Amino acid sequence: MVDPIVFYLIIFVLAIFVGYHVVWSVTPALHTPLMSVTNAISGIILVGAMLAAGPAAFDWGGWVGVLAVALASVNVFGGFLVTQRMLEMFKRKEPGAKAAGKQ
Amino acid sequence: MTADQVALWYLVASVCFILALKGLSHPSTARRGNILGIAGMAIAVVVTLALVYSHTRNVGMILGGIAVGGIIGAIIARRVQMTQMPELVAAFHSLVGLAAVLIAISAIHDPAAFGLHVPIPSGNRLELFIGTFIGAITFSGSVIAFGKLSGKIRSAPVVFTGQHMLNLALAIAMIGFGIWFFLSPDESKWTPYIVMTAIAFLLGVLIIIPIGGADMPVVISMLNSYSGWAAAGIGFSLNNPMLIIAGSLVGSSGAILSYIMCKAMNRSFFSVILGGFGAEAGTVAAGGEQKSVRSGSADDAAFVLGNAESVIIVPGYGLAVARAQHAVKEMAEKLRARGVNVRYAIHPVAGRMPGHMNVLLAEAEVPYDQVFEMEDINSEFGSTDVALILGANDVVNPLAEQKGSPIYGMPILEAHKARTVIVNKRSMAAGYAGLDNPLFYMDKTMMVFGDAKKVVDDIVKAIE
Repeated sequence: MVDPIVFYLIIFVLAIFVGYHVVWSVTPALHTPLMSVTNAISGIILVGAMLAAGPAAFDWGGWVGVLAVALASVNVFGGFLVTQRMLEMFKRKEPGAKAAGKQ
Repeated sequence: MTADQVALWYLVASVCFILALKGLSHPSTARRGNILGIAGMAIAVVVTLALVYSHTRNVGMILGGIAVGGIIGAIIARRVQMTQMPELVAAFHSLVGLAAVLIAISAIHDPAAFGLHVPIPSGNRLELFIGTFIGAITFSGSVIAFGKLSGKIRSAPVVFTGQHMLNLALAIAMIGFGIWFFLSPDESKWTPYIVMTAIAFLLGVLIIIPIGGADMPVVISMLNSYSGWAAAGIGFSLNNPMLIIAGSLVGSSGAILSYIMCKAMNRSFFSVILGGFGAEAGTVAAGGEQKSVRSGSADDAAFVLGNAESVIIVPGYGLAVARAQHAVKEMAEKLRARGVNVRYAIHPVAGRMPGHMNVLLAEAEVPYDQVFEMEDINSEFGSTDVALILGANDVVNPLAEQKGSPIYGMPILEAHKARTVIVNKRSMAAGYAGLDNPLFYMDKTMMVFGDAKKVVDDIVKAIE
């Protein structure tokens, strides 16, 4: 049986490769939304924070976890919503472009 | 919910995240991608909630924390202005860093809550140490970056003698205490951990203070990367593949953006980190000898623009500072109505973060098919009547093509090849690189001095 740490290392390296290739395909015009959406995705740390905030015996460690949950949630909600807001701006263009073309 | 089921759901969430990034390859697929990202996050959170519920039933505090954080995040996302995106992103990075440190503290205090062995196995200790110090550096570094970007602290680099030696000594001390934490028996683990974390917080501050305002696009990309590695590090400590995958995606994304920004500024990553660049941003006078420039009024510029067949607008940070993007759009529409072919040329470092100028133009409802990246439009300048440069300087400096100049090799927008060049600047001050710009003294160049918004507004009026 392979040590789990080896499995995690395999996952880690492969995930970096996937990230590398996917990110190079992102158009430079959307690099700011890329940054805000990766910001939201790094809010995945919320998953770790949730484990800290829900122990069997809730003591100060639980409170530390709750604080971490709140911080990570700001990231998740704020990150995805601001990305959506930005991408809406890029969307509005299409009908506008057609109108400008007709002039 | 069994561990296997949880892991499979995490796999689904990971695929969603990858597709979210993939969607950003074109504006038309980007929103669908973002929705998938939200779905992935929702899956990960619900599954984790189910996992905690099945173990301890203590989910009340978790839901409370999510509600509080979620409401704050939603309000911020709604209120922030697009010019403030760089500082918002920096602030968000700091939250990830701090959350990573808090989770590590909680895990050391109560490993059983995370399904870890008690006492914590040495491998996980090592990972906790790594996750903590990356998180701590991300937090304090991002706080400084936020302060510099929002103007709450001076953006000029803070440099003192022995700075690099001090940083090196602190880094060695931090690793030393980390190893002590790694080796120490369970009952005496806190002392080395706390000292190590404190040094990491200090190091984050010291790494960012010497970096000047002009290098902020690199710093913010770098901290983006760090926030991902912090999440991945915590994922290793908690044996959680979800955190490892998502963290690695973010980490590599930030690293690529840092690389792109460095290349666009012709700077090595190392020299950015060592700092000190952009010390006297915009205050260096344009050289002793008096070369003559041809300056004109907004009316003159409007006349030239109105009679052109093709115009390329080069927006720079000066435009964003003056909040002139809406006025520029109005001007472009007026010119288009007269049959002028108006396009925008964006340099990769235009603005304060990667892609910032594109967002600012999108906010002003400039159609994205009029906005071109540097490599797509550079060959077009030669056949263009007018290049209109608004608040940009170094990115159009032809010295970059001259061997021996400090910015030799930096990719530039070849605005000097246009038949006529109109430059709007506030004054003759040099750009961040502190260099004079020969473009301003060319016979075909007309300088229009003044605030970008006011000048563009005047041009709009004059065109009518």
